[in-house]
Order: sequence, then structure tokens, then C-alpha cells
Amino acid sequence: MATMTMIQALNSAMDVMMERDPTVLVFGEDAGYFGGVFRATDGLQRKYGASRCFDAPIAEGGIVATAIGMGANGLRPVVEIQFVDYIYPAYDQLVSEAARLRYRSGGEFWAPITVRSPYGGGIMGGQTHSQSPEAIFTHVPGLKTVIPSNPYDAKGLLISAIEDDDPVIFLEPKRIYNGPFDGHHDRPLQPWQKHPASEVPEGHYTVPLGVAAIRRPGKTVTVLAYGTMVHVALAAVEESGIDAEVIDLRSLVPLDLETIVTSVSKTGRCVIVHEAPQTSGFAGELMALIQQHCFYHLEAPIERVTGWDTPYPHAFEWDYFISPARVIAALRRAVEAV
Amino acid sequence: MTQPADPSLEQVPADAIAVPQPHCRPGDEPDFSRLNFPGVDSARRPAVDESPEHMRELAYGLIRVLDENGDAGGAWNPGLDGDTLRRALRAMVLTRLFDDRMFRAQRQGKTSFYMKCTGEEAIGCAQAMVLTTDDMFFPTYRVQGILISRGYPLVQMMNQIYSNASDPLQGRQLPILYSAREYGFFSLSGNVGTQYCQAVGWAMANAYKQNGHIAAAFIGDGSTATYDFHHALNFAAVYRAPVILNITNNQWAISSFQGIAGGEQTTFAARGIGYGLPALRVDGNDFLAVHAATDWAAQRARRGLGATVIEFYTYRAEGHSTSDDPSKYRPKDEAAHWPMGDPVARLKQHLLKLGESSEEQHQAMEVELTAQVRAASREAESVGTLGQSKPPVGEMFEQVFKSPDWRLQRQRKEVEG
Ligand SMILES: Cc1ncc(C[n+]2csc(CCOP(=O)(O)OP(=O)(O)O)c2C)c(N)n1
Repeated sequence: MATMTMIQALNSAMDVMMERDPTVLVFGEDAGYFGGVFRATDGLQRKYGASRCFDAPIAEGGIVATAIGMGANGLRPVVEIQFVDYIYPAYDQLVSEAARLRYRSGGEFWAPITVRSPYGGGIMGGQTHSQSPEAIFTHVPGLKTVIPSNPYDAKGLLISAIEDDDPVIFLEPKRIYNGPFDGHHDRPLQPWQKHPASEVPEGHYTVPLGVAAIRRPGKTVTVLAYGTMVHVALAAVEESGIDAEVIDLRSLVPLDLETIVTSVSKTGRCVIVHEAPQTSGFAGELMALIQQHCFYHLEAPIERVTGWDTPYPHAFEWDYFISPARVIAALRRAVEAV
Repeated sequence: MTQPADPSLEQVPADAIAVPQPHCRPGDEPDFSRLNFPGVDSARRPAVDESPEHMRELAYGLIRVLDENGDAGGAWNPGLDGDTLRRALRAMVLTRLFDDRMFRAQRQGKTSFYMKCTGEEAIGCAQAMVLTTDDMFFPTYRVQGILISRGYPLVQMMNQIYSNASDPLQGRQLPILYSAREYGFFSLSGNVGTQYCQAVGWAMANAYKQNGHIAAAFIGDGSTATYDFHHALNFAAVYRAPVILNITNNQWAISSFQGIAGGEQTTFAARGIGYGLPALRVDGNDFLAVHAATDWAAQRARRGLGATVIEFYTYRAEGHSTSDDPSKYRPKDEAAHWPMGDPVARLKQHLLKLGESSEEQHQAMEVELTAQVRAASREAESVGTLGQSKPPVGEMFEQVFKSPDWRLQRQRKEVEG
């Protein structure tokens, strides 16, 4: 066991996989010599050579297209999109090509690729370094969408993603790369060291895709969150004094419906928290599933706390970013409804 | 604030924006006199390891082997033996007969859609003979000749076209978007251009594995405008990928002539020069020239010398697809005036000249191949044509992922009842 930040855990996942499996290649803009602008691929080129970890031209579509070709030809490429805001030039390759290759070829070809990318706000990145486009990918048949919330999961989930034979969009909440965030911008960031999930095994282990984690058991209301929002939700629950159950979804596709249904059937109330804008966000899908599966257990309308339906603003970042106060208000509405 | 009125907009002339126009439109006499086609001796054949910067003229010239009389000559003459030439002609004739049959099947309502490669048969057939099934083609919908010359079962192609119960792709793909891994034929996308750079990735994996295999990508002149095209050239050059980047310039992208993709500015081959890649412009209606250029590029790739761009200069003799009516945008008989002739007729003439075939032998071959196509189509039709027969509906839910998740399992149950 070692203490790791999320960045170190992600680096360790790629290191372990490159060590074990010569078909694993890592590339992306600045991912080679320099080790990535967030340092996630630090040291991999030095250790495994430039054919295993290299820099790519600034052409996201080309990066994903070459990964698809490599993946179909027996390799397991892990590519980095420097910020997820730049994944749109690769959208066509992901949606029209990677996602459908197995299907359209009758199982003759498939693309076991992992597309890693930092996403979400909280670093004053403005509207081109802060987006949360997960819902766009969950809508696409054939893609898996995974989002960790802590170092232990980040490593275990990334190893699962790399070992998976389907294309995986792996979104990394960059706000919590170096420490958990409780949503209070006036408090210093905590280091991961004090967090139990920063204890990360050095070697190979997996966290399976499609299994949610209960971060805090509770009886009164269920909170569904992922990524940075898990930490904001936990802070809100603690401050509110409400006995809420906080579930970290960990992967949106595949989704752990059972854990959600069990919890909401028990509590009868649910608050969903995501950073992405509200309209057609993943919360909408979760609400539909909950009303379908838990309707007779529901005691209050399902609440969602989301980003605003605006582009991500620079100067208003803290007004955009979900505060524990907004989550607490939603928790109160859910609990007080009769 | 609303835009202020701009009085100058009231007198916009028809040609204010420079929109390139083809040289002939319906009603005009077909006219290709502006094109000049150099003789077979005009193109030099560099050593495969020569530096690309010393062969730039090849991107602007035209590599030819078969002359107007059906004789082979010039530095690029591959000197193929009679057997190989007969096999080639056979594959091209079979491809044409197959196309004709399937075109008619579409007109009879047996399938939704079909696309012919009439006039372009030499391209797919020649490349399939140079590359092996361990190499991988990233095809377009106009190189069915690859599968046909490699002996892929015609019935299976038809089953795919009919989306019937024996469709190897389980009714999921539009007709003609084949997938045939064993034949070195990658699954075809319906989005044009998207696979050009995937071929580079495939080739990079070959380089990584050091297995000596290569990849070959196809794209149409129209689709060279996609960003995928430029990604592919850049990645292939940067990582010295063992790939052949083919451009089929058949003059038309549906109703848009090649000028709309930038073809009046420079040749399509010349686009390779800016990326530092060797680039050849080749008579695509000349089987021998296609064969020779492909062989040259394949040798480069196999020797670790990297990618080659090849523009095949040809003409799309028929409509874009069964949904297209080319007489709406070009002279009706333009195809017949294409100065580079017909690839099948030219290779046949060459064989006759060499004494490697005769009119009688050729006719006998056509009769035999027609019967072969007819037999295959009877067999496929006995399984069923579009709508009369389908793979089991549950197949619809398979292979979305390696194994279906709960959503797919539930939805499948709902459909299957
Ligand atoms: C990305 C994309 N855009 C548009 C289309 C519609 N479309 C299908 S074929 C075609 C023309 C392609 O022309 P070209 O590349 O010259 O190839 P050709 O058909 O002449 O062989 C178009 C626009 C498509 N299939 N994919």
C-alpha cells in the first residue's frame, strides 16, 4: 500500500498495465516526454520507451482514429484527450466508429480503447476547460462511461477500463486530482493523504465497472453523485445533519441500477447531484429509472441539483459550481415534502 | 442589436463567391480536351528508398503502362505473366457482372440500395492481388472488387445486400457495407473518410508488432475534404506508418465535381507533398499501372520506409448509387467520352494483343461468370430478399458490447416476448 493522489493512482494504473501487457500503449498531446499537462503519464515514456508512450499531434479525431485502428489490430491503446472540452473533434470517431465497430462488423472487429480525459470545473478554466459532457456519451449505444471519485477507485476503475474489450470514456474530475474537495472555496484544499481512499495498492487490482459504492449509509434520503460531486454531497450531508445515504455511481454505463433501487426503495427520497447542465443531463435518466422502479416507495419528488444551463463562465465559476448549500436545500426539500 | 441594412447586398453578382463549376453540364457536349495525358514513357520509376522530395513530379504527372493500342510500356510496366493477367481480367469482369445483377435486384425491389464501381474495377482488383490477406484494407463502398478477386463467396455478399437470414452481419448494416476479416477487409463505415486514419492506426500496430504486414486505406476525391483525410496524412508521415493512402479520384462526389473538394487547385496526390509523403498520380483505368504503383508503395511500407499517397485518376461511369440520377448534373454520355477508356476493355485488349486470350475465350469466360453470378443470386434469393427473410430479431441486441448489460437484456426480452 502507498498513499497516492488521484493523479498518482492513474499513473500507477497505466504503469501496472504497461508492465503486465505489452499491447497497452499510451499516447496523447504532451503525454510522452513531458508526461501530460496534469502529469498523469509522467515517467511512462522513460520507463517503457517512446513506442509505448508518445506525444500526438493536436488532432483529437486523429488520436482516437489511430487508437481505433490499433485497438482493432490487437493493441489496447489508452489515449489522453488533454481536456474533455476538446473531445468534440473526436466525437465522430467515438460515436460513429468506436462505439459501433463490434456491432456493425458482426463481431469481427472491435475497439478495446480507453479514452481518458480530465473534465469538470473548479480550476478557473472558463468555458473551454471546465465542461462535463458525460451525458452525451451515455446516450451512445456501445460506449461505456466511467467517472472515479477517489484515488483507490481511479486506479482500479482505470485498470478495468483498459482490460475491457469495449471502448470506455474515462472522465477524470480534475478538481480532485490532488485532493478531495468539500465544495467550500474559502477553505484550503485537503490533501488526499488524510483520506482513506488514498491508500492505494501498488500492484494490480480492479474495481469492476457497473458497481456503485455506498459512501455513507443512511435512512432518510438517497443522494446519487459521481466524481467531484461525491465530496460536495458528503460535505452537505454532514452539515445538514440529515441521515442521508450517499451513493457514488462510479460508472454511468454500465449503471448499477440495483444499488440505486434498493436504496431509494428504502429511503423513499432521492437527490441527484451533477455538475453538468441540467437539461438532458444524466440526472434526467436517473429520475426516469427511479420513478419507473421505485414509484410506490417514493415519498417526495426526486430532486436534482445540477450545473446551470449556460456555458461554463470564468468569473462566475463559484456561482456555477454546486455548493453544499444548494445540496442542503435540496435535501431539506426532499425530506420535508410529505 | 439587429444588423444594419447593407445597401451593397442589393447588387450581389452571381459570381461574387468563387464557386468552381465543372466544364460541362447536362445538354453540353462532353469535353475533356482540357486534360492532357502524358504518354507511358513520361513517368520515371524511382527506387523505393528514394527520398520523397526528389519525386515530386510524380504527384503532378500520370503513371501509365497500357497505351492506346493495348501495349504495355514505360518504366512502371510490372511485366505480369499471362496467368496473372487472365486472373485479373476475370476478377474485373466478375465484379462488373455482380454489380449489374445487384443493380437490377435493387430496381426489382429486392434490396434498398446498391452502389456500382463501374469504370473503377481495376483499382480494387489490382490492389487485392498485390496485398495479401494478412494486410488490411480499409475500403470504401466502391472497392467490392477486393472481395470478389479474393474469392469471397458471392452468395455471402448478396446475403448481406439482402439483409436476409444468412446475412453475415445480422441485418445491421446498409447493403454493401461489408466486413470480412479473413479476407483482409475491414468493416465499412457509412460515414465517408472516417476510416482513413484508422488505417494508419492499424498500420502503426503492425509496425509495433513488427509483423511485416501493412494497411491500405481508400477515400474518394470528395471525401478528401474531410478532416480525417488530413489527420491520416499527418499521422502516417509523423509516425512513418506502413500504410498506402489511396485516393480514388473518379471526378464526382454524388453531384459535386472534384473541384468542390479543391481538385482545381492542385492534384489530390500533391496533397501528400505538404506532409513529406511520396505521392503518385496513376491512371486508375490501367490495371497494370495500378498494380505497379501499389507494388511500389507496398514495398516501401514493408521496408519500413513509411506511407505513400496514391491518387487513382478515373471516372465514375455510372450513378453514385441506385438513388442517384447523374443525367441531372452532367452530360448523359460523358462517361463514354472519358479519354482513359474502360479498364476492362483495356486489359482485355492487352491480353488479346499478347495472344494470352482470344475473343472466343473472353466470351466463354463472360458466359461462365454470368452463370456463376446467376447461381449465387438464386441461392441468396432462396434464403430471401429484403423484408422477406431476416436474421433472428434477438441478434439486434447482440454485440453492442462484448456482453449485453441489463438494459439490453431487458429490451431484448421485451422484443422477443
Ligand atoms: C461524413 C459523411 N458525409 C456525407 C455523406 C453522404 N455521402 C455519401 S457518399 C458521398 C460522396 C462521396 O464522394 P467521393 O468521396 O468522391 O466518393 P465516390 O462516391 O465518388 O466514390 C456523400 C456526400 C456520408 N456518407 N458521410
